[in-house]
Amino acid sequence: MRNLIILFLIFILPTNALGLIEVDITRGNLNPLPIAVSPLSIDDESKKNFEKTLKKKDIGSEISKVIEKNLKTSGLFNPLDKNAFLQAPDIAHLKPRFEDWNLIKAQALITGKVKNVDDKLRVEFRLWDVLAGKEMMALAFTTVPNNWRRVGHIITDKVYERLTGEKGYFDTRIIYVAEEGPKTKRIKKLAIMDQDGANNKFLTLGNELVLTPRFNPTSQMVTYLSYFRNLPRVYLLDIETGIQEVVGDFPGMTFAPRFSPDGKKIIMSFAKDGNSDIYTMDLENRIVEKITNHPSIDTSPSYSPDGKFICFNSDRSGYQQIYVMKSDGSNVKRISFGNGLYGTPVWSPRGDLIAFTKLHKGKFYIGVMRTDGSGERLLTENFYQEAPSWSPNGRVLIFYRETKTDDKGEGFSAKLWSIDLTGYNERLVDTPTDASDPSWSSLLSN
Amino acid sequence: MKKLVIRNIDQGALMKLNKILKNTFLVLFACLVLSACATSKKSTGQMQGDVYTGTDTVEYLASGVPDRVFFATNESVLTTASRETLRKQAAWLRKNSDITIVLEGHADERGTREYNLALGERRANAAKDYLMTYGISSNRISVLSYGKERPVDSGSNPLAWSKNRRSVTVKAN
Repeated sequence: MRNLIILFLIFILPTNALGLIEVDITRGNLNPLPIAVSPLSIDDESKKNFEKTLKKKDIGSEISKVIEKNLKTSGLFNPLDKNAFLQAPDIAHLKPRFEDWNLIKAQALITGKVKNVDDKLRVEFRLWDVLAGKEMMALAFTTVPNNWRRVGHIITDKVYERLTGEKGYFDTRIIYVAEEGPKTKRIKKLAIMDQDGANNKFLTLGNELVLTPRFNPTSQMVTYLSYFRNLPRVYLLDIETGIQEVVGDFPGMTFAPRFSPDGKKIIMSFAKDGNSDIYTMDLENRIVEKITNHPSIDTSPSYSPDGKFICFNSDRSGYQQIYVMKSDGSNVKRISFGNGLYGTPVWSPRGDLIAFTKLHKGKFYIGVMRTDGSGERLLTENFYQEAPSWSPNGRVLIFYRETKTDDKGEGFSAKLWSIDLTGYNERLVDTPTDASDPSWSSLLSN
Repeated sequence: MKKLVIRNIDQGALMKLNKILKNTFLVLFACLVLSACATSKKSTGQMQGDVYTGTDTVEYLASGVPDRVFFATNESVLTTASRETLRKQAAWLRKNSDITIVLEGHADERGTREYNLALGERRANAAKDYLMTYGISSNRISVLSYGKERPVDSGSNPLAWSKNRRSVTVKAN
């Protein structure tokens, strides 16, 4: 994917302005920042050209729609109604009349221009501080026209970063399991889509059961569990080439795979004779190391971002709880001590938190705690939900939720949901079919 | 009526066992009968505790040989009834020595996916170990965990969950 993308980043102007507007993302934001996304202007010739190649009438306004939807979904911004805009997009991009934008209560303004340059898509955009009457940022990109949605995501990431002070998460993808059919005979396929649900693609045909796909750090490879030939084993898939290979071909079931933060190892569980332990496999030399050695169930391992620690869940205390150990398996410490069962720990990309699933009194929760187990915070409660995965900036969690069936055993569904670390902004993530086991990629363009 | 059937099958099996095993078996059988009497009063509907005791989903490997055993929530301990079922299976397997089997372990939907995969494997192995103590060679048995992926009852209630917490013996050849 990456190799195909020609992406030039040109700074038009040094961003000299000291922004007055700031968005605080550490708290639930009840007053999202009013922002105006002026449709990106486009000259007639470029418009006709792109209409032919991309089958989109006005690619400038399509890109601005991508940006708007992203900003709205973040919960931190309130994109204003375009019908209220007074200034024409091309003029606004050159020099906004700040009084006009002030009038409709916009605090920030995004303007831009799209042009066809040698059959490439050239997009420039500016971010303006309306109250201060200043430009905050100006950038231009040139890429293949098919990448137009990604341009919208990259612009959102830049705006998000400029206004919040933290990296965005919009130019990313989600890999997940697409589900169909009755609950007793569910058909499951690997699927991948952009973070906003666009460009959905199925990666397997559904002939065999597949579960728990997870990206590698560069988001080009996926490790997952497949029941190919009724042998549940950990597999590796190259997303671009579609080449699959078994990596956990041990004499028993291998499952719960994840990559190490450097992408060189896969950590997974291996179950044999009623006991599950955690192992790693070096992908280069295929050396296997046993990390835990305990007669209990040890599974769902996840590395800390520096690779020095591993969190996992184990029922060695009698019930499923979360433990942290050094990456060589030493110094095992239980960290979950609240009421209930704890599972699926995942280390935050920022390193400071562990997200988990909790089961207590018949309800399932997605929560976070510090890496020593303190500061437990439950973000959302439901009949059934599990398997959180972090956005690359560590601000949002995506997970899946299943509904209760009725008396006849009907009405089952599984969907992806996201929620901010603050516990606010819970949203259904659109997928063409039912969905589970989401894994969020890293930022595709860094 | 039910007990009579058990005795017949068990006696058939007993004849092939040596004396030591015979004694153990008799003790076990006595325990079984006693505990069955002791606990049957607690049984409510199709469940005892939260272990399924009904026959709705049960299929038969041969006449009088049920194909599955059920478990309590988060447990892989074989109940008295499960051991009884597995002894019948062992007797049947000893008579049909060319048959190989897969033990398919399952969990209910009230647990995280990965833990349930491990739990299904543990349950199937509990059944495997018991069959092995009754003389079934491990190379005739393979184990396959489905975790919560293949419920037999799609309901979201305790009875449905109890039917789904199971290890099913499936003929592999």
